[in-house]
Amino acid sequence: MARSKELVPGIGRLSRSQVYARRGLFKGQKKSEKPAAAEVPATKEVQVGGEKNSGKRLVPTAKAPRFYPADDVRHTKKSRKSPKPAKLRSSITPGTVLILLAGRFRGKRVVFLKQLESGLLLVTGPFKVNGVPLRRVNQAYVIATSTKVDLGDFKVDEKFNDAYFAKPSSKGSRSAEEEFFAEGKPKAKEAFPESKSADQKAVDAAVVAAIKKTDALGKYLKATFGLSKGQFPHQLAF
Amino acid sequence: MPAVESNFKRFVEVGRVVLLNAGPYEGRIAVIAEIIDHNRAIIDGPTTGVPRQSFRYRHLSLTPFVLTKLPRGARSGAIRKQLEKEGTVAKWEASSWAQKRAAIAKRRSLNDFARFQVMLAKKQRRDQVRKTLAKSA
Repeated sequence: MARSKELVPGIGRLSRSQVYARRGLFKGQKKSEKPAAAEVPATKEVQVGGEKNSGKRLVPTAKAPRFYPADDVRHTKKSRKSPKPAKLRSSITPGTVLILLAGRFRGKRVVFLKQLESGLLLVTGPFKVNGVPLRRVNQAYVIATSTKVDLGDFKVDEKFNDAYFAKPSSKGSRSAEEEFFAEGKPKAKEAFPESKSADQKAVDAAVVAAIKKTDALGKYLKATFGLSKGQFPHQLAF
Repeated sequence: MPAVESNFKRFVEVGRVVLLNAGPYEGRIAVIAEIIDHNRAIIDGPTTGVPRQSFRYRHLSLTPFVLTKLPRGARSGAIRKQLEKEGTVAKWEASSWAQKRAAIAKRRSLNDFARFQVMLAKKQRRDQVRKTLAKSA
């Protein structure tokens, strides 16, 4: 966070990708795959002259250094700490209506479903209501409202984990040309995978049914959040 | 009351009902029991939960209500009796001043969804007014 001054504890001024771009570490980094080095056996057989030397001998391929290092080299201490997933805010429970504050769906009101292993929140618009798909969001970029959609004993499928949302990793680098054009023409857009849209529908069916029970709740979720003149978020009750 | 007719209607006087604007009892009403000096008075609100205390004038507002002929330095019991007899607290709560204050407090306490519902209701009212106006004209 050296270049990204903190706005509030835990939230930098710049996004992760912006910090990455500014630090410029990618400039030196080359990610091309090297051919795997051929495995070298630890010892080799050497012919030895002289009749009392039994002809052959096993000799290490790499000679051991003749001297100890003159100076002690300081090793950096390896940290054994690893970040823990964020604790869920007590105001967020399954069914809570959240207001998204960042990203492409900022201002949208969405329904919280569950917290994933990584600490990210699984939310849905529902897609039919306001166009927000099943999606992971960071709870730091979210306002929790006191409004709850009564989901009853609806359980989110276990298959919705972090791996479900991960991008398929692509090997090697591809030029932008290759990425967007085929035979000199813009590539046709790939269709949204049918299994995912079916998943979305299955989850949303239960959520939409719950929303319909409360008057104007669907309209509320469809509308985006905004501040008008004289409204300050710290003075509002959510 | 002064002998000469004055343009002023509300005075700092014994028996005047006041609205507290600061301190832990902010927003409640009390009665002036005794005037200490140019800055402070002893106030008491036995029916509104305000204990007898000295209070600065700059931290209170005078309301149009007065307890009639409250004797100087009346204690809590006497004040309570007279407040109940004259129904002053009910009169205050029925006043447009108190009702406006209550409405503002209510609006402030609304959550996001309730604010949205208010918006919808206002829209509906606007629409109805517009339609009836168009019909009558």
